[in-house]
Amino acid sequence: MALSGIGGRLYRGETSIDFIAKKRRWYAFSGLLIMLSALALSTQGLKLGIEFKGGSVFTVKSASVNVADGQSALKSSGITTESIIQKIGADKLRLQTTDLPQTTVSAARNALATQFKVNASDIDVQTVGPSWGKEITRKAIYGLFGFLLVVMLYLAMAFEPKMAISAIVAVIHDVFITVGIYALVGFEVTPATVIGFLTILGYSLYDTVVVFDKVRENTKGITSTAKMSYSQAANLAVNQTLVRSFNTSVIALLPVASILFVGAGLLGAGTLKDLSLALFIGLATGTYSSIFIATPLLATLREREPAMQALAKRVAVRGGAPESTVDKNTAGVVTSTHTREINERGPRNQPKRKSRRR
Amino acid sequence: MSANISKATKKPAKAGRSIAALLVVFIAFAALAIFQGDTKLKLGLDLRGGTSVTLAPKVAAGAKVDKAAVDQAVAIIRQRVNSLGVAESEVSSQSNGDIIVSVPGNSSSRVVDLVGATAQLRFRQVLAVGAGNAATAATSSATTTTTSKSGTKVSTPASASFPSGVNAQLDTAFKNLDCTVAANRQGGAIDDPAAPLISCSRDGASKYILAPAEVEGNQVAKASAVLDNTNGNGWTVLLSFNGVGTNAFGKLTSRVTSLGSPQNQAAIVLDGLVVSAPRINEAINSGSAQITGNFTQTDATDLANKLKYGALPLALTVQEINQISPTLGADQLHAGLLAGLIGLILVVLYSLMYYRGLGLVSVGSLIVAGSITYLSFLLLGKWIGFTLTLAGIAGAIVSIGITADSFIVYFERLRDEVRDGRSLRTAVETGWQRARRTILVADFVSLIAAALLYFFAVGGVRGFAFTLGLTTFVDLIVVFFFTKPFVTVLSRMAFYAQGRPLSGLSAHSLGVVTIVGKDDL
Repeated sequence: MALSGIGGRLYRGETSIDFIAKKRRWYAFSGLLIMLSALALSTQGLKLGIEFKGGSVFTVKSASVNVADGQSALKSSGITTESIIQKIGADKLRLQTTDLPQTTVSAARNALATQFKVNASDIDVQTVGPSWGKEITRKAIYGLFGFLLVVMLYLAMAFEPKMAISAIVAVIHDVFITVGIYALVGFEVTPATVIGFLTILGYSLYDTVVVFDKVRENTKGITSTAKMSYSQAANLAVNQTLVRSFNTSVIALLPVASILFVGAGLLGAGTLKDLSLALFIGLATGTYSSIFIATPLLATLREREPAMQALAKRVAVRGGAPESTVDKNTAGVVTSTHTREINERGPRNQPKRKSRRR
Repeated sequence: MSANISKATKKPAKAGRSIAALLVVFIAFAALAIFQGDTKLKLGLDLRGGTSVTLAPKVAAGAKVDKAAVDQAVAIIRQRVNSLGVAESEVSSQSNGDIIVSVPGNSSSRVVDLVGATAQLRFRQVLAVGAGNAATAATSSATTTTTSKSGTKVSTPASASFPSGVNAQLDTAFKNLDCTVAANRQGGAIDDPAAPLISCSRDGASKYILAPAEVEGNQVAKASAVLDNTNGNGWTVLLSFNGVGTNAFGKLTSRVTSLGSPQNQAAIVLDGLVVSAPRINEAINSGSAQITGNFTQTDATDLANKLKYGALPLALTVQEINQISPTLGADQLHAGLLAGLIGLILVVLYSLMYYRGLGLVSVGSLIVAGSITYLSFLLLGKWIGFTLTLAGIAGAIVSIGITADSFIVYFERLRDEVRDGRSLRTAVETGWQRARRTILVADFVSLIAAALLYFFAVGGVRGFAFTLGLTTFVDLIVVFFFTKPFVTVLSRMAFYAQGRPLSGLSAHSLGVVTIVGKDDL
């Protein structure tokens, strides 16, 4: 309730969070995160799943599973290299081995079947050759660059080149930080994770696009009015779309969280968990960056233009910052050419019903 | 897509019409789906259990993968997989030359053994030969002379007794084998090198009883197609054996060359089927041999390739094997559906809590979007063989967020317009004009992402990109043809138009402020 009331105040600029003026703070914060990510990546590196280095994963479902028996079954089939054995839920055992010849994999499957008294064909096996990961990595990198290029061109056409640059910087920022978190925490990276990373690109941009659309609307014909500088107009746009950004992020995170919960809780490691974990982290950073990085960066870029600098000067001379306008409630933030004299008109149209309900 | 802020107000009648049109199209497609009989989703192997194997061709660094060779390999592997007799088995090649084999329901290691085996090429002495149709017995006294595809003359022996190495049991099996039936020419199933083999020629024209294998395919060192004009043989295949192969082949040829027809023939058996059964004219101890027999250039090249690479025209490495039991498949399906359900309920609760009456619009829109998506899955399963995988389900669940966001963008715009003092009926239109643009641009970015993900994704995760793209597209349809018209219709209702507290458009929840200082609620 309180939140929905905030929407109106944000819209008119009464409650205004100054995202843009404090941009140095956000830049510094993100810079710190990026440095941490780089550090984690260079020192710890990513923990790669078997898809990238080759190996086999066995999944046994039986009431009697336990780690020690799994260990001895693997040993009895001649596997001497180190294996990772996890118990998932009450009745599942996941055994991960290094790259093995196919005969050893079959032997291990049979040994596990005997150990836990199930049919060999009921044991799930995933075997990946060591060169598989190279292919995935290569494709992911192509996908990344192809995506950045196409989207940059598209945004440059649909919006303006500087918006395209800011959006792309924000996206790279998101992916980098997400990967950094993976390195830091030591989450396993699988092809599903990589796809998750790539999807973040789309999500993060989607979020930024909505904010930028409003920025563009607010800054249309801005030089002719001299009521607010580019930064102020952009800041208003961020505030106006804040409720949407928040709601969108919550609604996007809810299903992802439910996949994460179900995937990790019921199935253990696997496609669902890997994908949703990457998305969960990526969505969070994506929301952050579209508000705190993309728009301030856009403002920084645009404020360097002579026309915008001149405008900022004119606004400053007129004392035209929202704070100094006459009335706090009708807060003189005329946003753009087509947001017509709203402030005078707005209250008049709605008031009676409103007070009655209160 | 230009920001065209015209004030054209759509008539509610038009809104009703567009919902009706959507309904009609939906029913039409649903009827089509039912008519085609595809009322069940095609599930991927990870949801129903099965084995999938990804093979990659081995090529020298920088060399290109030979597309024709890959296709040939796919055909051969398909033949082997079909011998398992599992319905809906699939063998397909990717653009990069990778071959993907999927066999549903069966997670035994047999599939892996079959697919992974590269050399099932053997040389066996021919014991008896007959026309391909049933009821030709090895002991048949009538001498039928047929000309097999390779042009080798074959004939059935005239003697009434069994040829050496043939017993009554083999003869009965031989008699019952009908090589004109395609199912009997799939080969690949059982080929025990130590036992006699009853087999068809690949074209089904002849059938054979063959002695135990004497030379194995991996004992062939080299093979090439050569045009032999000096002897007037046309296209021939030259092959040479390695040390062991030379001895074995020498022994085989010196033994059979003195025998009568057809025992003087040596069959080249590939995946259990006779490729060619040339007559041995002389003992070959040199370790190299020439196979002649009216070959065309293609025939000769193919045969040489088969001899060289064993069964497959190119060397393959196993990249990934996934064996999923039907139990785990069912578990994954349930988990995916559960996650979807929880996600959907959470989204519905949140939008009802925040948007109140407008939340009903998003709930309705999500239901419509869900139905359209499900229907698309059904129809695409039929049309382009779309199968729903776990990653695909994840994509669909994630897209709930994207779909819901379109409504949020619109609702927020709508509320902004009302905050600007417009009547709801006007706001519905002006808000839409602006939201439409944002939705189009944002969804387009989403579509680009999905398309690129699809082209660059590997394996099963492609399904994720596909459903993501599909649902984004569905989102566009729903927003344009359902959500917007639905809001238009609702805006005519007093409940919404007057901004009742639960409508989500009340002055209070919009924060249209007249009562200053009470904002701290």
